[in-house]
Amino acid sequence: MSNTLYERIGGEPAVNAAVELFYRKVLNDHRINRFFENADMDKQIAKQKAFFTMAFGGPNSYTGQDMRNAHAGLVKVGLNEDHFNAVMEHLGATLTELNVPGDLIAEAAAIAESTRKDVLGK
Amino acid sequence: MTTLTIDQNKYVCQTGESVLDALLRENVNLAFACKKGTCHSCMIRSTNVTPPQSAQSGLKNTLINQNYFLACQCYPEQDMHLKLPDQSDFYRMGTVVTNELLNRNTILLIIAFEDAFEFNAGQFVNLQRSDGLTRSYSIANVPQQSNTLEFHIRRLPGGKFSEWLHDEVSVGDSIAVSEPGGHCFYLPERHEQGILLVGTGTGLAPLAGILTDALAQGHTGPIHLFHGSREVEDLYRINEMHQLAEQHPNFNYTPCLSGTKIPDGFVMGRVNDIVFSQFTDLKGWRVFLCGHPDMVNQMKKQAFLKGAAIADIYADAFLVAQH
Repeated sequence: MSNTLYERIGGEPAVNAAVELFYRKVLNDHRINRFFENADMDKQIAKQKAFFTMAFGGPNSYTGQDMRNAHAGLVKVGLNEDHFNAVMEHLGATLTELNVPGDLIAEAAAIAESTRKDVLGK
Repeated sequence: MTTLTIDQNKYVCQTGESVLDALLRENVNLAFACKKGTCHSCMIRSTNVTPPQSAQSGLKNTLINQNYFLACQCYPEQDMHLKLPDQSDFYRMGTVVTNELLNRNTILLIIAFEDAFEFNAGQFVNLQRSDGLTRSYSIANVPQQSNTLEFHIRRLPGGKFSEWLHDEVSVGDSIAVSEPGGHCFYLPERHEQGILLVGTGTGLAPLAGILTDALAQGHTGPIHLFHGSREVEDLYRINEMHQLAEQHPNFNYTPCLSGTKIPDGFVMGRVNDIVFSQFTDLKGWRVFLCGHPDMVNQMKKQAFLKGAAIADIYADAFLVAQH
């Protein structure tokens, strides 16, 4: 299929639907919500939108270095593999809840997974 | 090819060029970051035309309503007049027609203008003293024939501007007032939607405006107002709100006190605790939050977690000047 995953999943409306669902899960998860404690909600939502757009292979301008810089402060205060796994869990659960087919979820998860080293500063 | 006008300056926007790229090419200083429509850093406003829809994607509806748009996503279809975020406000002079106490530390200040003052109930303006000292205050009334703006101003201990308004400004004095700003206001859509209004202290001012506006525009859904402070002496307009609740079956008013002396008819506790003990599911609700920044930020998150969509949460946190 020549369409991008982003288009097949449903483009921007799909991203918007996913972001709110996902962000509620993250804020309710005691394992990771401390990393979002002081964040401005509106700015966070915009960042989550960018994250989902990227996970769906849509238009984004994030480089590995951007991901590194953006998360460096969180790595200093203890961001680790477990936290990354928790976020991956919520990504999968969100897409499942939105009835995205399993093969597309796997594709999105693989893209998100590819940022692991940069996010964790390894 | 279109023309972009900022103040007296005109810039050319080439076909296929975004407003952001045109302004950057012309060395106009404008903040930006992602150039993808995600970060909203380059949000500016058109003062003459409705921007292309694609340039407003993802913005709050009250921003869309005021013709805000993302410069990086805007390929103009016609000439545009622009207002940048750091562009100085236009001030005009008004005359104080009322300065009286609402409670022991809050005044009602009414400023009248010769011509109509356009705004949305719930927005704020800057008031400026002749020496240049400036503070932002929320407008408490709705746009009307009489060309007045109403403010509720609490005396802050050591607050230069509020003490000046309380102690020195009297009826007949002139005061400079900026254009209105802010996106915390009522839009007449989804009339059956539930509306939750929560404020502390003079956070009642914008909420009272929004409430009056919603009722006047025929909102049919339930409207709940929670007004909180520590002591009963710091609340105000209590009787007026009770009367409004009697006149409008869909409007409900709950005054809340976080102190220890709780007279009959008041609910004990912090306003956010009280709200969320009564509302466990805010899915589909429109939420307005005004007042102390800690309360506002905490409630924003709580309202979202209780199911309110982020696009339906409107907040105005008071910024308190330190001197």
